[in-house]
Amino acid sequence: MIFLLQKTLIFAIPLLIVALAGMYAERSGIINIALDGIMIFGAFAGAIAAFGLRQNPFFVDNNQLLFALCLLIAAVAGAAFSLLLSFSAINLKADQTIGGTALNLLAPAVTLFITKVLFNKDKLEMDTAVASDGSRRDFGYALLNGDMGSVGQVFFDKAYISTFIAIGLFILLSVWIYKTKTGLRMRSCGEHPQAAASVGINVVKMRYLGTTISGALAGFGGYAYVATVANGTAEGTVAGMGFLALAIMIFGNWKPVGIALGSLLFGFLKCLAVTYNKSLIQPLEAHEWMKTLLANNEGFKAFYEAIFKNMYFYNLIPFVTVLIVLAFTSKRSRAPKAEGIPYDKGAR
Amino acid sequence: MRNTATHTEKVPFFRKPAVQSIVASVICIFGGLLVGFLVLLFMAIFSKDIPFSEAFKGILIVLSGPGAAGNPKDILFTCGNMLFTATPLIMTGLSVSLAFKTGLFNIGAPGQYLMGAMGSLLVALSIPQGSMPAWLIWTLAFLTGTLLGVVWGAIPGFFKAKFNVNEVIVCILTNWIAANVVSWVFYANQEAFVNFAETKTNFIRKTISNGVSTATFGLDKLFAGSYLDVSILIACLIAVLLYVMLNKTTFGYELKACGYNRNAAKYAGMNEKRNIMLSMAIAGGLAACGAALWCLNGQQDFKWNTYQALPNVGFNGIPAALLASNNPIGVIFSALFLRYIDTGGSYLPGETAFNEYVSQLIIAVIIYFAGFSKFIKDFLTKRSAKKTPLPPKAPERLDPEPEPAADTVQPAEVPAGGKEGEAK
Repeated sequence: MIFLLQKTLIFAIPLLIVALAGMYAERSGIINIALDGIMIFGAFAGAIAAFGLRQNPFFVDNNQLLFALCLLIAAVAGAAFSLLLSFSAINLKADQTIGGTALNLLAPAVTLFITKVLFNKDKLEMDTAVASDGSRRDFGYALLNGDMGSVGQVFFDKAYISTFIAIGLFILLSVWIYKTKTGLRMRSCGEHPQAAASVGINVVKMRYLGTTISGALAGFGGYAYVATVANGTAEGTVAGMGFLALAIMIFGNWKPVGIALGSLLFGFLKCLAVTYNKSLIQPLEAHEWMKTLLANNEGFKAFYEAIFKNMYFYNLIPFVTVLIVLAFTSKRSRAPKAEGIPYDKGAR
Repeated sequence: MRNTATHTEKVPFFRKPAVQSIVASVICIFGGLLVGFLVLLFMAIFSKDIPFSEAFKGILIVLSGPGAAGNPKDILFTCGNMLFTATPLIMTGLSVSLAFKTGLFNIGAPGQYLMGAMGSLLVALSIPQGSMPAWLIWTLAFLTGTLLGVVWGAIPGFFKAKFNVNEVIVCILTNWIAANVVSWVFYANQEAFVNFAETKTNFIRKTISNGVSTATFGLDKLFAGSYLDVSILIACLIAVLLYVMLNKTTFGYELKACGYNRNAAKYAGMNEKRNIMLSMAIAGGLAACGAALWCLNGQQDFKWNTYQALPNVGFNGIPAALLASNNPIGVIFSALFLRYIDTGGSYLPGETAFNEYVSQLIIAVIIYFAGFSKFIKDFLTKRSAKKTPLPPKAPERLDPEPEPAADTVQPAEVPAGGKEGEAK
């Protein structure tokens, strides 16, 4: 169970932070379909920074400092990359879906192009590097290892520093957008920008702020994903994580609490899919009644083998669950009113 | 808007919508190529290993497309394969563009594509050879694949119409569901479908092993040794039919009306929910049809264990549609153009220090610029409206600098005041 919860956190964190990224953009009125691309770009920037900094033994000794630094660099890169979207969507009033799609195409193209030119391979992996005492060391993302109480184990054993930063950021930014003046102004630009402008709010500035924060968070989430789920390998894809985060955001009804619940649920189901053998099948088959049932009932055994011991079945669960929940909860779903509509001062 | 200015007055050349669309696309393409060239130049300048001339060589190779193959025979062969691989792209492009016309974003083309591939392969390989004529098996397989795509596309449409769930999220979910379902079905029936004979166990048997393949009418001979068959013509025919449907029929008009303003369409007595579902269903069918045409070629290897990755051709339908401004006829040309650039790019690693991702980069930049097409069209309209022509600097207006943006924002302020006055 502890193992399961640990894994859940690892899957949920990138989703959580990137879904929040999507929320920030959409609450300010810009549809950020480019989350996937920004994640890829941020992941690449983080990975290449890690690669470069690890030439210096100081950073090999201080793994966690390096990890935090790379997350910061990924966030900055993501923010910079998202400016492309902001410029086309806010200044040129281009279709936001087109701009986002372009960024989704651009990110893997640029990262793979540079990776191939610089390293002559299709992916950027984290090799061992020389530490100050001359030994070669792995990146070692995990923060601590060891025996702790059950609650402690969920959060601290084999934990990643990105998990804590992400949770902290999530709480901070969730409060910020609801409890501060700027947060309120930003949200008003996503609902009715003309009304916001009429009371002196700079819509362009607010939307830039929203998408830039969004880009920074997505970049952060991208490197967090690559470092924790993909073992530090940046290869021009984040396995559709950005799109899933978008789905989680809609699932969470553009609200932080919903997003948190959605990403935890999805993360849990996703980790069930990856660990079903260890977390479900083995405990289940340890029971005597299960053994007798399997031994005596041919039909059940065939069914059990075909469905419950099948990876694809567990892979399907998270997606189907989200789909079903959406069908039931969609009635109260409410997107920001002005999202996707370029701001036109003269519109009524 | 399109119908307002047609009959009574003579429309200036640069105010015709078709001309504007084409001019905008051409400007986008040149912008994309220019940026691609600058990136190559940049790499050449800052890398010691890459000589300066490589940048020029690189962009020329990309521009020459299949022509980069060298001798005429190879060029013909590459051309044939380019046309063949353009076929599914045309279909996914049509799928995305039809949904766009109805105001929906069909990002579910990869899933629909996979379902189409599964449907057509299941039928093409499970009906024993000789039990019925091969053309009948082909037709059945084609129809099954398309039908599965229709069903798969109808799911997001259904959720949108009945539950008002955003179609993008359902499309994304159904993509991954399709990827897992397809893998599961083929995993459960490995013996019958996986290509154990050639020990290529990652792939499904080629349909030719069951005697099923698309008619070629000698096209494969013409483009010696390539995979080309009549599927490209089928795709073009479908594009034309779609164009006629959208522009000459009541149903097409209803679909477009729903895209322009859903509430107005409902007010005018159209069943907008039905139209949303039908539009997505047809879009799904189109994407699946592309997969069926590709799989039933007979010589293609379909990778069955696809649960971790979605087919790129599905996503690439989006750029194909956007570049064509969602015009079905335009999609044919945009898909061909995308494949042309791809083909050229595939020769880069062999000939230069660069790699094939350059062509993806160029395509991405072109799509980024395609977002500005409205901006370009407005600019053309304004320019031809003013009899005193501004300095003809249309391409430069694309440059990502705040200057041109401010240029267009300011004129918008003028009517703004007037409108507000009216409102009060």
